[in-house]
Amino acid sequence: MKNPLDSLWGTIISGVILTAILYYIVKNVLN
Amino acid sequence: MDLVPVLARWLHFLAGVMWIGLLYYFNFVQVPALKAAAADNTAVGITRHVAPRALFYFRWASLVTWLAGAALLGNQFMNAFTLSKGMAGIGVGAWLGTIMLLNVWGLIWPNQKKILGIVPATDEEKTSARRIAFLASRTNVMLSMPMLFFMAGGWSHRGTFGL
Repeated sequence: MKNPLDSLWGTIISGVILTAILYYIVKNVLN
Repeated sequence: MDLVPVLARWLHFLAGVMWIGLLYYFNFVQVPALKAAAADNTAVGITRHVAPRALFYFRWASLVTWLAGAALLGNQFMNAFTLSKGMAGIGVGAWLGTIMLLNVWGLIWPNQKKILGIVPATDEEKTSARRIAFLASRTNVMLSMPMLFFMAGGWSHRGTFGL
């Protein structure tokens, strides 16, 4: 499988997905 | 008005803009430019004159940003880093910023020194250093997205996001 960080769009999409996951964790688990 | 948090916030923003601005410069401008420059043998101008200067401001701005952020957290520093109730938003932002700082000083800068010839390295070591520095830099671009989300929305705008 290709590393998504090899492309700029892959990096940006990974960042958006990570933001959504962390937002869910902070909102529903940590607070 | 308490002057320390005001100055810490100002410095945190100034240094943070320089740090993340240069991070985006490396990833969105310099990496593609070096690829194009390699084709007509003009890359040396970038690697000799631009990259060392950009890396100087990049790595020191990262440290100043972190220190000013720590000063800004003040007596809430431990509450943020232990993700205490009500502080988890800014705490996640602070952890992401810390990981990014460690990436700069522990992976990007030591490997860039080999790539730019500041420390001696064989061709094989340079090839490996290029890949490590590239991936660490790209990781920081990825981490900068949630980091900025939580920095901007985790604490002072807690109500906006219901955090």
